Amino acid sequence: MSASNDTPLLNVKDLTVRFAVKKGGIFAKAKHLYAVDDISFQIKRGETLAIVGESGSGKTTAALAVARLVQAYKGQVELDGTDFNALEDEALRLARAKVQFIFQDPYSSLNPRVRVEKIVREPLDNLETVPEGERQAIIDKLFEAVGLHPEQQRLFPHQFSGGQRQRIGIARALATQPDLIICDEPVSALDVAVQAQILNLLRKLQAEFGLTFLFISHDLGVVQHMCDSIAVMYMGKIVEYADRMSLFNSPKHPYTQALLSAVPSVDKKRRAKTKRILIPGDPPDPLDLPKGCRFANRCPIAQDRCLTEQPSLDAISDQHQVACHFVEP
Amino acid sequence: MSQPVLKVENLRIELALRGSIAPVIDDLSFELGAGESISFVGESGCGKSMTALGIMGLLPDKVGRIASGSIQFDGEELTTASEKRLRNIRGNDISMIFQEPMTSLNPVYTVGEQIAEVLRAHRGLSKAAAWNSAIELLDAVRIPNAKRRVSDYPFQMSGGQRQRVMIAMALACEPKILIADEPTTALDVTVQAQIFDLLNDLKRQTGTAIILITHDMGAVAEMAERMIVMYAGRNAEQGGVEQIIDHPRHPYTKGLISCVPHIMATLSEERHDLTEVAGIVPPLREFGQDRCLFASRCSMVSQQCLEKRPPEIDFKGGQKSVCWHAEALK
Repeated sequence: MSASNDTPLLNVKDLTVRFAVKKGGIFAKAKHLYAVDDISFQIKRGETLAIVGESGSGKTTAALAVARLVQAYKGQVELDGTDFNALEDEALRLARAKVQFIFQDPYSSLNPRVRVEKIVREPLDNLETVPEGERQAIIDKLFEAVGLHPEQQRLFPHQFSGGQRQRIGIARALATQPDLIICDEPVSALDVAVQAQILNLLRKLQAEFGLTFLFISHDLGVVQHMCDSIAVMYMGKIVEYADRMSLFNSPKHPYTQALLSAVPSVDKKRRAKTKRILIPGDPPDPLDLPKGCRFANRCPIAQDRCLTEQPSLDAISDQHQVACHFVEP
Repeated sequence: MSQPVLKVENLRIELALRGSIAPVIDDLSFELGAGESISFVGESGCGKSMTALGIMGLLPDKVGRIASGSIQFDGEELTTASEKRLRNIRGNDISMIFQEPMTSLNPVYTVGEQIAEVLRAHRGLSKAAAWNSAIELLDAVRIPNAKRRVSDYPFQMSGGQRQRVMIAMALACEPKILIADEPTTALDVTVQAQIFDLLNDLKRQTGTAIILITHDMGAVAEMAERMIVMYAGRNAEQGGVEQIIDHPRHPYTKGLISCVPHIMATLSEERHDLTEVAGIVPPLREFGQDRCLFASRCSMVSQQCLEKRPPEIDFKGGQKSVCWHAEALK
C-alpha cells in the first residue's frame, strides 16, 4: 500500500473464497456464497494488520484462507515470496510452520485430555523443525515468555483460568517460530481485566520476537490499540483500507464512519464530537447480493449509481484506500 | 432523587456450595428512581446477574436464597412476597431481557405467539387483541414490516431482531423496571447502537427505569446515569457515571476503566501499555471473608486491607467507595 520498497511479508492478492450452498430441491443447482470476494492486502514484517467487520463480513474466512485452512477459489497468498496456494502435500505441511493461529476460545481450542506441555510441544513434534533434544528448552522458554511457571507444564487445561489458557494458546502458536501469527478474536472470550493482560503480552512478544500479526477482531477499541493498519470488511469486500491514524481520525467510507460512531465511549469529548450514525436495517442476503454497492441499501448517502455500479477500492492517498463512489481524494 | 421505585437494603444472597455457603451478594444497598437508569458493572462472577435474579425472585431453587436484607418495589417488600404475587410482578411491573436472544426465545412458536402470550397472561387480552398488540409492539421496536414478521419463527430473524423481539416482550406490559442483563454482548456494534438507541427512546416515552448489567464502561457511559461497581459479591463503588469515570474512588473501578483500550476523541500516534489488573476474581469460597476481597489484586494494598473489611466512605455528589484508601486515590 505504501510506496516503500521493502517487500511485505504477507501479500494477499485477489483472494476469493466461495462456498457451495444448496437451496431448494435436491436437484436444484448449487448456488455459491462468496464469503470473501476479491480482496487484497499486505502486511510488513513486524507489523499488525487488523481485519475488522461484523459477523458475516468474511473476516474469519479470509484468515482461514490465508492459512489455507479453507481452500481459496482464486487469488494468491504469498508469504515471504512463496505462493502458499501453490504448495501441495509435504511442502504445504512444512510451510504451515510459518503460519500459526491463536484462537478465540481458550476453552475449546486446547485438548482437555492432554497436558499443556504436550499441547505446546505438539507443533514442534509434528513439524520437526528443531532436533528432538532441543525441544524441551524451547518449551521452557515459551512458558517463561508468556508468563507461566515451568512447574505448570505438567498440568491439564482445566487447571488454568481463561487468561492462562490463552497464554498457553499463545505459547503453542510461537513454538515453531512462525513468520505470521493469525489472531482470531484473541481476547473476546476473556473478562475485560484479563484482556488487558493478554493484549499487553501480545505487544510485548511482538516487540521481542519481531512478530507479524494478522489480527481479526470486531472490537474497534482493541484494534485501535493493537494495529498498524486496518482493513474494514463488509459482506466479503474490503470497503476501506488504511493506516491506523487515517482510519480512526478520518474514516471515509460511510460504513466505517457508522461503525466507529457506534462504539460507546467513556470519553466525554468523543461523545460530544461524534454524532452516532445509525444504519437502519440488516445486511443483504449473501446468496443474493445486489449488483451495485453492497452497503447501498443501508447507506445514508446512497444515490442511483450505487445501486447499479460496484465501487472499486481506490487510493485517496498512499496510506488510504476507499471503495465508495462519493469519496474524493 | 424522585421517590425510588426500587429500594434494596443490606441484601445478602447465599449460594449453597458443596459443604459450605457463600454470600454471592454481600450487604448490597441501592435505590433506583422512577425512570432512572442505573448500571451494574464488574467482571464475571462478581454478582451482577445474581442481583438481577434476586430482584426478580428467580434465584435457583434450593441452591440460592435471600438470607437477609430487603428488596422493596414501590414500597412493597419482595423478599417475603408469595410466589403467586411475584409471578404477577414479573412481566407486569419488572421484566428482564437476557444476553442470548436465541436461547431465550422458544424456537417452535412464532414471535407473535410469544409476545401475545405475555399480553394474554398478564393483561387478560383476547387472542385477537393480543395478536394486534404484538404487531404494534414489533413496530415500536422498529422491526420493519411488522405485520408480516409477526408470523416469523425466531430462526428467521437476525440476532438484533431477536433481541428486539425480547425487548417487545419485556415492554408488553409497560413495566416500571426493565432489567437488561448484557443485552448486547452477543450483538455486533452497529446493532448494539440500534438497541441502545431503542432502549433510550422507549425509556423516554414510557418512563421505565432501566437496570443495565454490563462489563463495558463505554456502554455505561452512554446508557446510565448512575453506576454500581460490583466486586466479589460486594459493592465496591457507586455514584454518578460521569463523576466516577472522571475520578474513580476505588482501585478496582480505576482498573476497569483504564484496562480497556478506549477509542478517544483523537487518536494519538504512540500507544502505552494497558493498565493491568493482575490476577482474577477470587473463588466463591473466599467470598464473605472479613477483609477487602480485592486486596490480592490491588496495587494500593496495605495491612489494614487484609485484616478488616473496608467501610463505605461518602464523597460529594453521592459517590460512595468501599475502600480503605478511597481518599488517597488520585
